[in-house]
Amino acid sequence: MVAAVFHSPLEAPPVPAVAPTTSPLAKAMTSTPAPIPRKPARDLRGLWMAVLPPVMGLACLVLIWQLIASTSNSGIPKPLETWAQAVTVFSDPFYSNGPNDQGVGWNVLASLKRVAIGFGLAALVGIPAGFAIGRFEFLSRMFNPLISLLRPVSPLAWLPIGLLVFKGADPAAVWTIFICSIWPMIINTAVGVQRVPQDYMNVARVLNLSEWKIFTKILFPAVLPYLLTGVRLAVGTAWLVIVAAEMLTGGVGIGFWVWDEWNNLNVSSIIIAIFVIGIVGLLLEFALIKVATLFTFEEVKS
Amino acid sequence: MSNDAKYIDIQNVEQTFKTKKGNFPALRDIHLSVAKGEFVALIGHSGCGKSTLLNLIAGLTTPTQGVLLCADREIAGPGPERAVVFQNHSLLPWLTCFENVYLAVERVFSATENKAQLKARTEAALALVGLMPAAQKRPGEISGGMKQRVGIARALSMEPKVLLMDEPFGALDALTRAKLQDELLEIVARTQSTVVMVTHDVDEAVLLSDKIVMMTNGPAATIGEVLSVDLPRPRNRVALADDPKYLQCRKAVIDFLYTRQAHVEKVA
Repeated sequence: MVAAVFHSPLEAPPVPAVAPTTSPLAKAMTSTPAPIPRKPARDLRGLWMAVLPPVMGLACLVLIWQLIASTSNSGIPKPLETWAQAVTVFSDPFYSNGPNDQGVGWNVLASLKRVAIGFGLAALVGIPAGFAIGRFEFLSRMFNPLISLLRPVSPLAWLPIGLLVFKGADPAAVWTIFICSIWPMIINTAVGVQRVPQDYMNVARVLNLSEWKIFTKILFPAVLPYLLTGVRLAVGTAWLVIVAAEMLTGGVGIGFWVWDEWNNLNVSSIIIAIFVIGIVGLLLEFALIKVATLFTFEEVKS
Repeated sequence: MSNDAKYIDIQNVEQTFKTKKGNFPALRDIHLSVAKGEFVALIGHSGCGKSTLLNLIAGLTTPTQGVLLCADREIAGPGPERAVVFQNHSLLPWLTCFENVYLAVERVFSATENKAQLKARTEAALALVGLMPAAQKRPGEISGGMKQRVGIARALSMEPKVLLMDEPFGALDALTRAKLQDELLEIVARTQSTVVMVTHDVDEAVLLSDKIVMMTNGPAATIGEVLSVDLPRPRNRVALADDPKYLQCRKAVIDFLYTRQAHVEKVA
């Protein structure tokens, strides 16, 4: 756990920005773990480069944290105090003393559940919509202005609409996830469809394939890498938004936990929560990158 | 068939593309007929519209003017009876070689044949190009020459009336190209296919074809000259290398391409 908690901060900060998320993470994912198992101890320099810089980065972070905590009277707890607090928090992650006092495990699971539902619904709507928009120019011209208009809206601006329509905090949070994670999936899928190489479509035309065959044998496999990029961006965004949404809606969840601990003036818990949010986001991203590489073919990239 | 001498008949075809800078005339006054079982090569400098003409025969594009007939019927769109071997093979990278060919076989024959027959057809097509050992590999795992052979197998597996090839060996190295040309000669002799092939390789054109269609430079390219290659078949590249008739044909094509149609890279 130690390693995990303190391993994340370097990778974690990029998470808040949606677009840059992919590149630094992707780099970290491929450069850090890959060389170690491949060439065990033989390529010492490679191993060195893989281990030393991240460790130094983490050390910098902890050092700066320690400096700020010990010089100012801002109330920021020192790393060691936070560590002690983390040990107690994680010693019993799944306790439950009523709705407002639950273990960190329950909070994370509650957030993940909301993200899963909101994201799942968004995928259900967004991916078919992306295919339709990509395939038919009429639809693309019809919806592009709407997408351009609605996409930049901060997800939290949708929360009141959700509260109004669904008359409940939980569905409103799910609605917010839905609306913020649907755009990357629509856009990436549509772009993927539009970029299917003309050669493949010519093959389909010469063979006179049915629409269904075109979809299953050509369109879907060709679009899959784009689609998965959309899914990855969407999950990243959803995980960003859930924290903010839960701060506003309350209930059980990692965002609510942060807010609750702030009300208790329990700052070390907030710092722990930040690490937890970062690590969970990192794991989600990592899992999706793994899935994406499974479905990317050599010739699709080129 | 009543009209075997004009199996493919192209009458007064003109093709103009609409571009941002206005209309671009690619082809004009194209008259050409291809007999059944004939091997025709289209040759010309790049940009002369030979691929455009091939796409018209394939039905991938429709002419601005004129008519194209195949077996006395107007070519209204692409279809499996006019199979295309694309320049860059165009195999689907997520399917194995077998599946790539099977997709075509299934489309053409699934109405009349059962699964075992379709499978046998696919295997026969792959065997024809000597690729049964690679049947379960994906295109990414085989060489460029092998990919092109799968593309040819896919086209042949449909038992097309016409085989259209767009610089099928253009992206290959000289040795692989020679090998595939020999294989193609043999396959075409066996299947009695009608072939239209786009090429920019003079030797390839003379070695393979019965008729070489030489095109003038674009824009508004047209057929400059048609040369009959009446070399006996089967042809052997080594024996032909100092055959006077072969050299004469070769000279005629080179003369057309480099003297009369010397390509000027010019003015955009």
